[in-house]
Amino acid sequence: MKENVSDKTYKDPEERKEELREQKSSLHVLLDGILFENPVLCQVLGTCPLLAITTSAKNAFFMGLAVIFVQIGSEVIISMVRKAIPDKVRIPAFITIIAGFVTIVQMLVSAYLPALNDSLGIYIPLIVVNCIVLARAEAFASKNKVVTSFFDGLGMGVGYMIALLLMGSVREILGNGTFFGLDLLGSFQQFLQHYTILGMDLSPFGNQLQPMMFFILPPGGFFVFGILICFAQIFMKKLNRKRGKKNTETAEMGHCGACGSCTACSGSEGGKV
Amino acid sequence: MIILFSAILVDNFVLSKFLGICSFLGVSKSLKTAMGMSGAVILVMLASTALTWPVQYFILNPLHLAYLQTLVFILVIAALVQMIEMVMKKTMPPLYNALGIFLPLITTNCAVLGVTILNITKSYSFSSSMINALGGGLGYTLSLFLFSGVRSKIDKMDVPEKLKGLPITLIAASLVSVSFFGFKGLVENLFS
Repeated sequence: MKENVSDKTYKDPEERKEELREQKSSLHVLLDGILFENPVLCQVLGTCPLLAITTSAKNAFFMGLAVIFVQIGSEVIISMVRKAIPDKVRIPAFITIIAGFVTIVQMLVSAYLPALNDSLGIYIPLIVVNCIVLARAEAFASKNKVVTSFFDGLGMGVGYMIALLLMGSVREILGNGTFFGLDLLGSFQQFLQHYTILGMDLSPFGNQLQPMMFFILPPGGFFVFGILICFAQIFMKKLNRKRGKKNTETAEMGHCGACGSCTACSGSEGGKV
Repeated sequence: MIILFSAILVDNFVLSKFLGICSFLGVSKSLKTAMGMSGAVILVMLASTALTWPVQYFILNPLHLAYLQTLVFILVIAALVQMIEMVMKKTMPPLYNALGIFLPLITTNCAVLGVTILNITKSYSFSSSMINALGGGLGYTLSLFLFSGVRSKIDKMDVPEKLKGLPITLIAASLVSVSFFGFKGLVENLFS
């Protein structure tokens, strides 16, 4: 799926579906994004918004949607115009395209979901500098066809959203006792009041349960993220053993963890306008 | 003063607002790179605030183009970083050697774009914007400085196999962040 595939012109949806079924590469790209090259858990990209807005599952969900939109949009556009952009100015050009999409998201959110706009606040414009979007634009969309870029964008976006949702759910359940606004802790306490286990009344125990504020606060974010990456690495190792040698290097990349530097390495050569 | 201290200690950019985490994890491996990076961050934060504030109030607002904020700001910052790099290379070679490699990294550092946007959303005046940028930069320096110390200790320690590498680093960051909570009441008690 590199450059050796001749660059075909844009196809109508029917043909695209055909192509999807035939060559699995698009599906592979999609799966890679979600699982094997999950942007957050394997490549450790885009951590800033990840830690900041995952105080509740709802925020995480909408942030994920916003990122998916920006990721797909910018990757498709970039791969369309990739031949037209001179190599030297590609990073500024990419950033401009991405910023355009972020602006669209910003306007949509502030128009239709003003409450969300308050809670996500500054982190929506900050999608521009989210390393995932730029890194994929540079590493994938600038080298691949429109269709594969679309699936890469979708995969990366969904992968990011899954990580966001995991973080958001853990932090909301532990830190606030709720999930998507449902009062889990309250219903658990009620449950204990109505039922007894082995004849014991557990309601005093239930009433003493308090949500752990720690997880909502910034330190909890770092903590949950650390544990999550730890689990992801264990999981990846097992998965890779099953899959044989393929993708072994991606699992070990987790240690590099220098997301900013990855994008900037390319930025330093391309950025010299 | 209040803005300065709260930006450094209470609303620390890295540890409580999560801006610039990527570079925070990347460059805190050694004290030397940490210092170089934070020097560059302070410089760019101040310069970009000095530039984006007038852009917002004298160009975008009168022309009713406030929605282009993100787009314009990121371009201004990118151009600015390039310019600083070139000027520095010509006029101050020693400083360029110290900070040079970190400059391109900064364009993608969300702390810089974050501080310029925050200044506008909080509708600070020009002088308080500058102070906020300075405080943000200093706070970044402080946390980077502290954390690179913590990290060099971790390297020598016996960490459980599964937690090695990034996980233990993040957990350490969480503890450092807890310690910054100690400053929470500081600003109100000192200044009011």
